[in-house]
Amino acid sequence: MTKRQNRMAFVALLIAGAILAVTLLFRALGSNSNYFYDPTQVAQGKAPVGRSFRLGGLVVVGSFKREDLKSTFDVTDNKNKFSIEYTGILPDLFREGQGIITTGSLVNGKFIATEVLAKHDENYMPPEVADALKEAKE
Amino acid sequence: MWKWIQAFASPRNFYQTSEKIIPWLMVPFIGLSLIGLYWSFVVSPADYQQGDSVRIMYVHVPAAWMSLFIYVVIAIAGGIGLIWQIKLAHIVAKVSAPIGAAFTLLALVTGSVWGKPMWGTWWAWDARLTSELILLFLYLAYISLHNAFDNPKTADKASAILAIVGSVNIPIIYYSVEWWNSLHQGSSIGVTKISMQIDMFIALMLVSFAFKFLYGALVLMRARDEVLVREQNSRWVREIIVGVGK
Repeated sequence: MTKRQNRMAFVALLIAGAILAVTLLFRALGSNSNYFYDPTQVAQGKAPVGRSFRLGGLVVVGSFKREDLKSTFDVTDNKNKFSIEYTGILPDLFREGQGIITTGSLVNGKFIATEVLAKHDENYMPPEVADALKEAKE
Repeated sequence: MWKWIQAFASPRNFYQTSEKIIPWLMVPFIGLSLIGLYWSFVVSPADYQQGDSVRIMYVHVPAAWMSLFIYVVIAIAGGIGLIWQIKLAHIVAKVSAPIGAAFTLLALVTGSVWGKPMWGTWWAWDARLTSELILLFLYLAYISLHNAFDNPKTADKASAILAIVGSVNIPIIYYSVEWWNSLHQGSSIGVTKISMQIDMFIALMLVSFAFKFLYGALVLMRARDEVLVREQNSRWVREIIVGVGK
Protein backbone atom coordinates (compact mmCIF):
# COMPACT_ATOMS: atom_id res chain seq x y z
CA MET A 1 0.00 0.00 0.00
CA THR A 2 1.11 3.49 -0.77
CA LYS A 3 1.04 6.09 1.97
CA ARG A 4 -2.09 7.65 0.54
CA GLN A 5 -3.93 4.31 0.50
CA ASN A 6 -2.82 3.82 4.07
CA ARG A 7 -4.42 7.08 5.07
CA MET A 8 -7.61 6.19 3.15
CA ALA A 9 -7.82 2.90 5.04
CA PHE A 10 -7.32 4.80 8.28
CA VAL A 11 -10.22 7.17 7.55
CA ALA A 12 -12.44 4.25 6.46
CA LEU A 13 -11.63 2.39 9.69
CA LEU A 14 -12.42 5.52 11.69
CA ILE A 15 -15.88 5.80 10.10
CA ALA A 16 -16.59 2.07 10.46
CA GLY A 17 -15.55 2.15 14.12
CA ALA A 18 -17.76 5.15 14.89
CA ILE A 19 -20.77 3.54 13.19
CA LEU A 20 -20.21 0.29 15.07
CA ALA A 21 -19.93 2.07 18.42
CA VAL A 22 -23.12 4.04 17.89
CA THR A 23 -25.04 0.96 16.69
CA LEU A 24 -24.05 -0.93 19.83
CA LEU A 25 -24.96 2.07 21.96
CA PHE A 26 -28.47 2.24 20.54
CA ARG A 27 -28.96 -1.53 20.85
CA ALA A 28 -28.08 -1.21 24.53
CA LEU A 29 -30.36 1.79 25.00
CA GLY A 30 -33.22 0.06 23.20
CA SER A 31 -36.58 1.70 23.75
CA ASN A 32 -35.16 3.91 26.51
CA SER A 33 -34.42 6.55 23.90
CA ASN A 34 -38.11 6.92 23.10
CA TYR A 35 -39.51 10.11 24.47
CA PHE A 36 -42.89 8.64 25.43
CA TYR A 37 -44.98 5.47 25.62
CA ASP A 38 -48.22 5.18 23.70
CA PRO A 39 -51.39 3.92 25.46
CA THR A 40 -51.04 0.41 23.93
CA GLN A 41 -47.49 0.03 25.30
CA VAL A 42 -48.76 1.12 28.73
CA ALA A 43 -51.67 -1.32 28.53
CA GLN A 44 -49.20 -4.10 27.69
CA GLY A 45 -47.29 -3.23 30.85
CA LYS A 46 -44.18 -1.91 29.07
CA ALA A 47 -44.22 1.39 31.00
CA PRO A 48 -42.53 1.55 34.43
CA VAL A 49 -44.82 0.88 37.39
CA GLY A 50 -44.81 3.19 40.40
CA ARG A 51 -42.46 5.59 38.64
CA SER A 52 -43.04 8.67 36.59
CA PHE A 53 -43.09 8.22 32.78
CA ARG A 54 -44.38 10.00 29.69
CA LEU A 55 -47.57 9.03 27.90
CA GLY A 56 -48.32 10.31 24.41
CA GLY A 57 -51.48 10.17 22.30
CA LEU A 58 -54.47 12.08 21.00
CA VAL A 59 -56.92 13.87 23.28
CA VAL A 60 -60.28 12.12 22.86
CA VAL A 61 -62.89 14.49 21.39
CA GLY A 62 -65.58 15.28 23.94
CA SER A 63 -63.59 14.03 26.93
CA PHE A 64 -62.17 17.34 28.16
CA LYS A 65 -63.56 18.76 31.41
CA ARG A 66 -62.15 21.63 33.48
CA GLU A 67 -62.75 22.90 36.99
CA ASP A 68 -60.56 25.92 37.78
CA LEU A 69 -57.01 24.72 37.07
CA LYS A 70 -57.88 21.05 37.39
CA SER A 71 -58.61 19.39 34.06
CA THR A 72 -59.45 15.82 33.11
CA PHE A 73 -59.39 14.27 29.66
CA ASP A 74 -58.76 10.95 27.90
CA VAL A 75 -55.74 10.13 25.75
CA THR A 76 -55.89 7.45 23.08
CA ASP A 77 -53.93 5.87 20.23
CA ASN A 78 -57.25 4.61 18.78
CA LYS A 79 -56.64 1.21 20.41
CA ASN A 80 -56.32 1.90 24.11
CA LYS A 81 -57.42 4.80 26.28
CA PHE A 82 -56.28 6.35 29.55
CA SER A 83 -57.87 9.02 31.73
CA ILE A 84 -55.59 11.92 32.62
CA GLU A 85 -55.90 14.26 35.57
CA TYR A 86 -53.84 17.45 35.51
CA THR A 87 -53.67 20.60 37.58
CA GLY A 88 -51.94 23.52 35.87
CA ILE A 89 -51.76 25.65 32.76
CA LEU A 90 -52.21 23.87 29.43
CA PRO A 91 -50.14 24.89 26.35
CA ASP A 92 -51.67 26.98 23.53
CA LEU A 93 -51.91 24.06 21.15
CA PHE A 94 -53.83 21.88 23.61
CA ARG A 95 -57.27 20.97 22.25
CA GLU A 96 -59.42 17.93 21.68
CA GLY A 97 -58.12 15.77 18.84
CA GLN A 98 -54.60 17.18 19.33
CA GLY A 99 -51.53 15.04 19.98
CA ILE A 100 -50.09 15.59 23.46
CA ILE A 101 -47.33 14.21 25.66
CA THR A 102 -47.88 14.12 29.39
CA THR A 103 -45.56 13.26 32.28
CA GLY A 104 -46.88 11.55 35.39
CA SER A 105 -47.66 8.14 36.82
CA LEU A 106 -50.51 5.67 36.97
CA VAL A 107 -52.47 5.66 40.22
CA ASN A 108 -55.30 3.09 40.33
CA GLY A 109 -55.60 3.08 36.54
CA LYS A 110 -55.77 6.86 36.37
CA PHE A 111 -52.84 8.87 34.99
CA ILE A 112 -51.96 11.73 37.36
CA ALA A 113 -50.02 14.22 35.24
CA THR A 114 -47.41 16.71 36.43
CA GLU A 115 -46.80 18.20 32.97
CA VAL A 116 -48.74 18.37 29.71
CA LEU A 117 -47.00 19.23 26.41
CA ALA A 118 -48.78 19.69 23.09
CA LYS A 119 -47.25 18.00 20.07
CA HIS A 120 -47.32 19.71 16.71
CA ASP A 121 -47.41 17.71 13.51
CA GLU A 122 -45.53 18.48 10.28
CA ASN A 123 -48.52 20.06 8.51
CA TYR A 124 -48.49 23.82 8.14
CA MET A 125 -51.32 25.71 6.45
CA PRO A 126 -53.34 28.92 6.63
CA PRO A 127 -56.68 28.83 8.54
CA GLU A 128 -58.73 28.98 5.32
CA VAL A 129 -57.15 25.79 4.01
CA ALA A 130 -57.65 24.05 7.35
CA ASP A 131 -61.34 25.01 7.29
CA ALA A 132 -61.75 23.81 3.70
CA LEU A 133 -60.14 20.47 4.62
CA LYS A 134 -62.46 20.11 7.59
CA GLU A 135 -65.51 20.83 5.44
CA ALA A 136 -64.42 18.37 2.81
CA LYS A 137 -64.12 15.70 5.51
CA GLU A 138 -67.61 16.36 6.81
CA MET B 1 -6.48 16.95 -13.61
CA TRP B 2 -4.68 16.17 -10.36
CA LYS B 3 -2.10 18.86 -11.02
CA TRP B 4 -4.83 21.33 -11.87
CA ILE B 5 -6.64 20.71 -8.58
CA GLN B 6 -3.42 21.09 -6.64
CA ALA B 7 -2.62 24.31 -8.43
CA PHE B 8 -6.07 25.73 -7.73
CA ALA B 9 -5.98 24.69 -4.09
CA SER B 10 -2.58 26.23 -3.52
CA PRO B 11 -2.85 28.93 -0.84
CA ARG B 12 -1.53 31.61 -3.13
CA ASN B 13 -3.91 30.92 -6.00
CA PHE B 14 -6.82 30.60 -3.55
CA TYR B 15 -6.01 33.96 -1.99
CA GLN B 16 -6.09 35.70 -5.35
CA THR B 17 -9.15 33.92 -6.79
CA SER B 18 -11.35 34.03 -3.70
CA GLU B 19 -11.25 37.81 -3.57
CA LYS B 20 -13.15 37.93 -6.85
CA ILE B 21 -15.71 35.31 -5.76
CA ILE B 22 -16.81 36.93 -2.47
CA PRO B 23 -18.99 39.70 -4.03
CA TRP B 24 -20.75 37.02 -6.14
CA LEU B 25 -21.82 35.39 -2.88
CA MET B 26 -22.57 38.53 -0.86
CA VAL B 27 -24.90 40.09 -3.46
CA PRO B 28 -27.18 36.99 -3.73
CA PHE B 29 -27.12 36.72 0.08
CA ILE B 30 -28.37 40.27 0.57
CA GLY B 31 -30.91 39.98 -2.27
CA LEU B 32 -32.32 36.64 -1.11
CA SER B 33 -32.44 37.84 2.51
CA LEU B 34 -34.51 40.90 1.63
CA ILE B 35 -36.94 38.93 -0.55
CA GLY B 36 -36.95 36.17 2.08
CA LEU B 37 -37.85 38.62 4.86
CA TYR B 38 -40.66 40.05 2.72
CA TRP B 39 -41.97 36.54 1.98
CA SER B 40 -41.67 35.46 5.63
CA PHE B 41 -43.47 38.45 7.12
CA VAL B 42 -45.83 39.68 4.41
CA VAL B 43 -46.57 37.09 1.72
CA SER B 44 -46.73 33.87 3.73
CA PRO B 45 -49.89 33.30 5.79
CA ALA B 46 -50.29 32.64 9.51
CA ASP B 47 -50.75 28.98 10.46
CA TYR B 48 -54.17 27.56 11.39
CA GLN B 49 -52.91 26.40 14.79
CA GLN B 50 -49.75 28.34 15.55
CA GLY B 51 -50.81 31.74 14.27
CA ASP B 52 -47.87 34.07 13.59
CA SER B 53 -45.47 31.92 15.63
CA VAL B 54 -45.08 29.81 12.49
CA ARG B 55 -42.77 32.55 11.16
CA ILE B 56 -40.07 31.45 13.60
CA MET B 57 -39.74 28.42 11.34
CA TYR B 58 -38.29 30.56 8.52
CA VAL B 59 -35.16 31.08 10.62
CA HIS B 60 -35.22 27.90 12.67
CA VAL B 61 -35.38 25.32 9.87
CA PRO B 62 -32.78 26.95 7.54
CA ALA B 63 -30.43 27.42 10.53
CA ALA B 64 -30.85 23.77 11.52
CA TRP B 65 -30.16 22.68 7.92
CA MET B 66 -27.00 24.81 7.89
CA SER B 67 -25.85 23.27 11.17
CA LEU B 68 -25.94 19.82 9.54
CA PHE B 69 -24.60 20.98 6.17
CA ILE B 70 -21.58 22.78 7.65
CA TYR B 71 -20.70 19.80 9.82
CA VAL B 72 -20.72 17.55 6.75
CA VAL B 73 -18.46 20.06 4.97
CA ILE B 74 -16.03 19.99 7.92
CA ALA B 75 -15.97 16.17 8.05
CA ILE B 76 -15.45 15.82 4.28
CA ALA B 77 -12.83 18.59 4.18
CA GLY B 78 -11.11 16.95 7.14
CA GLY B 79 -11.08 13.61 5.30
CA ILE B 80 -9.69 15.22 2.13
CA GLY B 81 -7.07 16.98 4.22
CA LEU B 82 -6.06 13.75 5.92
CA ILE B 83 -5.91 11.59 2.79
CA TRP B 84 -4.66 13.95 0.08
CA GLN B 85 -2.97 16.40 2.45
CA ILE B 86 -4.40 19.48 0.82
CA LYS B 87 -3.69 22.47 3.05
CA LEU B 88 -6.71 24.38 1.87
CA ALA B 89 -9.11 21.59 2.92
CA HIS B 90 -7.91 21.81 6.50
CA ILE B 91 -8.25 25.58 6.39
CA VAL B 92 -11.84 25.37 5.12
CA ALA B 93 -12.68 22.88 7.90
CA LYS B 94 -11.12 25.02 10.60
CA VAL B 95 -12.75 28.31 9.62
CA SER B 96 -16.16 26.65 9.10
CA ALA B 97 -16.47 25.42 12.68
CA PRO B 98 -17.41 28.69 14.44
CA ILE B 99 -19.92 29.48 11.66
CA GLY B 100 -21.50 26.05 12.09
CA ALA B 101 -21.60 26.47 15.86
CA ALA B 102 -23.36 29.82 15.44
CA PHE B 103 -26.04 28.30 13.17
CA THR B 104 -26.52 25.40 15.61
CA LEU B 105 -27.01 27.83 18.50
CA LEU B 106 -29.44 29.86 16.38
CA ALA B 107 -31.46 26.71 15.61
CA LEU B 108 -31.55 25.71 19.30
CA VAL B 109 -32.54 29.17 20.54
CA THR B 110 -35.25 29.78 17.92
CA GLY B 111 -36.59 26.27 18.55
CA SER B 112 -36.74 26.98 22.26
CA VAL B 113 -38.56 30.27 21.74
CA TRP B 114 -41.11 28.44 19.56
CA GLY B 115 -41.38 25.48 21.94
CA LYS B 116 -42.43 27.50 24.97
CA PRO B 117 -45.75 28.81 23.59
CA MET B 118 -46.49 25.82 21.31
CA TRP B 119 -45.39 22.74 23.24
CA GLY B 120 -45.49 24.36 26.65
CA THR B 121 -41.79 23.95 27.42
CA TRP B 122 -38.48 25.64 26.55
CA TRP B 123 -36.64 22.36 26.37
CA ALA B 124 -37.36 18.63 26.27
CA TRP B 125 -34.85 15.78 26.28
CA ASP B 126 -36.28 14.17 23.18
CA ALA B 127 -34.13 12.56 20.49
CA ARG B 128 -34.09 15.47 18.02
CA LEU B 129 -33.35 18.20 20.56
CA THR B 130 -30.73 16.16 22.38
CA SER B 131 -28.86 15.12 19.22
CA GLU B 132 -28.83 18.74 17.99
CA LEU B 133 -27.40 19.84 21.35
CA ILE B 134 -24.71 17.16 20.97
CA LEU B 135 -23.93 18.71 17.57
CA LEU B 136 -23.29 22.05 19.28
CA PHE B 137 -20.95 20.29 21.74
CA LEU B 138 -19.17 18.61 18.81
CA TYR B 139 -18.56 21.99 17.20
CA LEU B 140 -17.25 23.40 20.49
CA ALA B 141 -15.06 20.33 21.02
CA TYR B 142 -13.69 20.70 17.47
CA ILE B 143 -12.84 24.37 18.05
CA SER B 144 -11.24 23.70 21.45
CA LEU B 145 -9.25 20.74 20.19
CA HIS B 146 -7.93 22.76 17.26
CA ASN B 147 -6.87 25.54 19.62
CA ALA B 148 -5.18 23.12 22.01
CA PHE B 149 -2.22 22.46 19.69
CA ASP B 150 0.57 24.87 18.91
CA ASN B 151 1.49 23.16 15.66
CA PRO B 152 -1.27 23.78 13.08
CA LYS B 153 -0.47 20.51 11.24
CA THR B 154 -1.05 18.42 14.37
CA ALA B 155 -4.14 20.47 15.21
CA ASP B 156 -5.54 19.88 11.69
CA LYS B 157 -5.05 16.12 11.90
CA ALA B 158 -6.44 15.68 15.40
CA SER B 159 -9.51 17.79 14.79
CA ALA B 160 -10.16 16.13 11.40
CA ILE B 161 -10.32 12.78 13.19
CA LEU B 162 -12.76 14.23 15.72
CA ALA B 163 -14.92 15.68 12.91
CA ILE B 164 -15.03 12.37 11.03
CA VAL B 165 -15.94 10.32 14.12
CA GLY B 166 -18.55 12.91 15.13
CA SER B 167 -20.23 12.76 11.72
CA VAL B 168 -22.20 9.67 12.84
CA ASN B 169 -24.35 12.15 14.74
CA ILE B 170 -25.60 13.71 11.48
CA PRO B 171 -27.88 10.84 10.31
CA ILE B 172 -29.00 10.44 13.93
CA ILE B 173 -30.21 14.06 14.02
CA TYR B 174 -31.87 13.72 10.64
CA TYR B 175 -33.71 10.45 11.33
CA SER B 176 -34.28 11.00 15.08
CA VAL B 177 -37.90 11.99 14.50
CA GLU B 178 -38.55 8.77 12.57
CA TRP B 179 -36.59 6.28 14.63
CA TRP B 180 -38.00 7.27 17.99
CA ASN B 181 -41.18 8.71 19.43
CA SER B 182 -40.30 12.36 19.85
CA LEU B 183 -41.90 15.62 20.85
CA HIS B 184 -40.39 17.31 17.79
CA GLN B 185 -42.51 16.99 14.65
CA GLY B 186 -41.37 15.04 11.59
CA SER B 187 -39.98 16.63 8.41
CA SER B 188 -42.46 18.66 6.40
CA ILE B 189 -40.32 18.60 3.29
CA GLY B 190 -39.53 15.24 1.73
CA VAL B 191 -38.66 14.03 -1.73
CA THR B 192 -42.24 13.07 -2.51
CA LYS B 193 -44.32 15.50 -0.47
CA ILE B 194 -44.30 19.00 0.94
CA SER B 195 -46.82 19.29 3.75
CA MET B 196 -46.97 23.05 3.96
CA GLN B 197 -48.62 25.83 2.03
CA ILE B 198 -46.61 26.97 -1.03
CA ASP B 199 -45.81 30.53 0.18
CA MET B 200 -44.50 29.10 3.46
CA PHE B 201 -42.30 26.76 1.43
CA ILE B 202 -41.02 29.61 -0.78
CA ALA B 203 -40.16 31.74 2.29
CA LEU B 204 -38.31 28.79 3.79
CA MET B 205 -36.34 28.19 0.58
CA LEU B 206 -35.41 31.87 0.11
CA VAL B 207 -33.94 32.14 3.62
CA SER B 208 -32.32 28.75 3.25
CA PHE B 209 -30.47 29.78 0.06
CA ALA B 210 -29.59 33.15 1.62
CA PHE B 211 -27.91 31.27 4.49
CA LYS B 212 -25.99 29.07 2.03
CA PHE B 213 -24.56 32.14 0.24
CA LEU B 214 -23.76 33.80 3.57
CA TYR B 215 -21.86 30.71 4.67
CA GLY B 216 -19.93 30.62 1.38
CA ALA B 217 -18.92 34.28 1.71
CA LEU B 218 -17.94 33.94 5.38
CA VAL B 219 -15.85 30.82 4.71
CA LEU B 220 -13.91 32.55 1.93
CA MET B 221 -13.31 35.68 4.04
CA ARG B 222 -12.15 33.69 7.06
CA ALA B 223 -10.09 31.29 4.93
CA ARG B 224 -8.25 34.21 3.32
CA ASP B 225 -7.20 35.45 6.75
CA GLU B 226 -6.18 31.98 7.81
CA VAL B 227 -4.09 31.54 4.63
CA LEU B 228 -2.22 34.78 5.35
CA VAL B 229 -1.47 33.72 8.92
CA ARG B 230 -0.27 30.26 7.93
CA GLU B 231 1.79 31.41 4.96
CA GLN B 232 3.22 34.45 6.73
CA ASN B 233 6.80 33.34 6.08
CA SER B 234 6.34 32.79 2.36
CA ARG B 235 7.49 35.28 -0.20
CA TRP B 236 4.16 36.01 -1.87
CA VAL B 237 2.56 37.02 1.44
CA ARG B 238 5.44 39.35 2.22
CA GLU B 239 5.07 40.86 -1.24
CA ILE B 240 1.37 41.51 -0.63
CA ILE B 241 1.96 43.04 2.78
CA VAL B 242 4.80 45.23 1.53
CA GLY B 243 2.66 46.16 -1.46
CA VAL B 244 -0.12 47.23 0.88
CA GLY B 245 2.36 49.25 2.93
CA LYS B 246 3.46 51.29 -0.07
